Amino acid sequence: MYRFWSIFIARNKEYYRDRASFGWNIMFPFLIIFGFALLFQDGGQRPYKVAILTSQSIHPVIEKQVCSHDLFSCIPISDKEIAIDKLNHHQLDMVMENASQPFKYWINASSPKGILSESLLTRTAMSKVERNQRLIKQTIHSKPVYYIEWLFPGIISMGMMFSSLFGIGFSIVRYRQNGVLKRLKATPLTSFEYLCAQILSRLLMILLTNIILYAGCSWLLGFQCSGSLFHLLIFFSLGTISVISLGLIVAARIKTEELAHGMLNMITWPMMFLSEVWFSIEDAPMWIKRFALCLPLSHVTRGLRLIMNDGAHLFDLSSEIFYLSILTVIFLLIGSMMFKWTQ
Amino acid sequence: MGLLTVKNLVKYYGKICAVNNISFSIAPGICFGLLGPNGAGKTTTIEIIEGITQPTSGEILYNDAPRNRSFWERIGVQFQSTELLAFLTVRESIQTFMRLYRNHFSLDQLVRICSLEDIQHQDNRKISGGQKQRLMLAIALANNPDLIFLDEPTTGLDPQSRRHLWEIVEAIKRKGKTIVLTTHYMEEAQILCDEIIIVDKGKIIAQGVPEDLITRKCSGQMIRLPQENVSQHVRQLLNLNQDVTWHLDATNKYILIQTKTVNACIDLLMNNQVDLSRLTIRPHNLEDLFLQLTGKALRH
Repeated sequence: MYRFWSIFIARNKEYYRDRASFGWNIMFPFLIIFGFALLFQDGGQRPYKVAILTSQSIHPVIEKQVCSHDLFSCIPISDKEIAIDKLNHHQLDMVMENASQPFKYWINASSPKGILSESLLTRTAMSKVERNQRLIKQTIHSKPVYYIEWLFPGIISMGMMFSSLFGIGFSIVRYRQNGVLKRLKATPLTSFEYLCAQILSRLLMILLTNIILYAGCSWLLGFQCSGSLFHLLIFFSLGTISVISLGLIVAARIKTEELAHGMLNMITWPMMFLSEVWFSIEDAPMWIKRFALCLPLSHVTRGLRLIMNDGAHLFDLSSEIFYLSILTVIFLLIGSMMFKWTQ
Repeated sequence: MGLLTVKNLVKYYGKICAVNNISFSIAPGICFGLLGPNGAGKTTTIEIIEGITQPTSGEILYNDAPRNRSFWERIGVQFQSTELLAFLTVRESIQTFMRLYRNHFSLDQLVRICSLEDIQHQDNRKISGGQKQRLMLAIALANNPDLIFLDEPTTGLDPQSRRHLWEIVEAIKRKGKTIVLTTHYMEEAQILCDEIIIVDKGKIIAQGVPEDLITRKCSGQMIRLPQENVSQHVRQLLNLNQDVTWHLDATNKYILIQTKTVNACIDLLMNNQVDLSRLTIRPHNLEDLFLQLTGKALRH
């Protein structure tokens, strides 16, 4: 028993004397809860997003029968084309016209949430008499984007994020902790060379694994990339470099793996939810949407979807490429300026 | 002209002075020893020279000029303890470091010099302590350096591994390389070092050729006897003799009597019926010198 106590006490001391890690372990859950409370405080908890085609006030019937329903979140959008495009890309579950009755509505037939929201609208929110008088179902004429096709770019960008951040963050912190970096410092190797090697090595590994993943999923699930695979590869590489560079900032000075773990969680969780990997943040407050633009993964996910789902050319992704390039340069500069070889 | 010159080196960690105004010069082709107890400032001094740690003040000159990037091309470093990049074999580990330099030894030559032939294809995490130190030495030699820093390279090794490493260091010395060695093994320093400095509390307390220092500071011979053989009465008699000083060794098992007149001292012991069956006489060594200078043992 005394051996158990000896180790138990030593480990506890080790834990709380590493103040930075200890602090992060307390701060991290608090910040996540606080962040999610902010994110979903304004109707974000309503699972179905309905765009109302209006630039002015919402029709009283829609307001009463749809927007006041506990499960619908109404988002006013004035441009029908944009709304239909978002519906097609699973960012909205339904689009409703705001003109006189009967109201036209659109759903994406390949979206499970779209079908559920239609069912909810026609069976629960409105009576049988009302729905015959008030609703006319419309179909989307563009090529539908199937849910898996929409989800897949998000999943590979999420996998890339975890591999980039944790892969690079942990390995550098571990090497700093066990003296490998100190030994490398006593050679002509510069921090720039070291960091570039880290970035390229991680990039190569992520590209290889994702090429295998893409080929496997494409074969098993039968989906295809609408755009050029070469463009997809170029854009994915840029996105990966950007996320790895973000990992370098975390790894630049941290001394313990526990602290690195806390900080990486702090970055990956919000990024995963705000970059629309799993669900759209269409109905989130504007400041959250703006904040999401500062996260590289938002641009990566959006760009991948544009190439894979819509067949976009690299020229069509100029804003995503611009943001990712700027973020990469900023992250690399901060990371290399902060980088320390020794503890 | 020194290959490496250190001038007025000072290093503070907060309010603690780890290195206190140290100056020395190292001639090319010698093995230069930095000796001192744990915490004396040896590793800090050597890491400042290697560029790992920044000094608070002071100057370091390599070939009479401040260090520039080419300095790291010309030095080899073996730290007290370092991990290696994981999942590499011994051979791949050396190769990785070799590729960081413009000039380097051939890989096979390095493997041979450091006696790593038998383990060259083994995972670097699955080798013994002695083998790992030889691997670290091979890495330190990867760039065929002019100046090699060995920071306590034999600490924790068994006597056989230690002697094996000494042989390799001797072979490197014969190739005309300059070696800076920190150690607290006096035997190691006496065998390998041509010149030493002894550091205590961040200051140099002695500097020179080991034999000269010993001769200068510790004259006579050292008689060693089990301490239970020497009664209090005899110890008092020894205290009265001006040619004799004595103290207990680090283990407290032996009494060490330093004297210039060995015969007279033995006569005194015999006349007082001291059992001399386990008596040994030896010349002074660096451990005695350190004790003489600081009043404490080198390893404690």
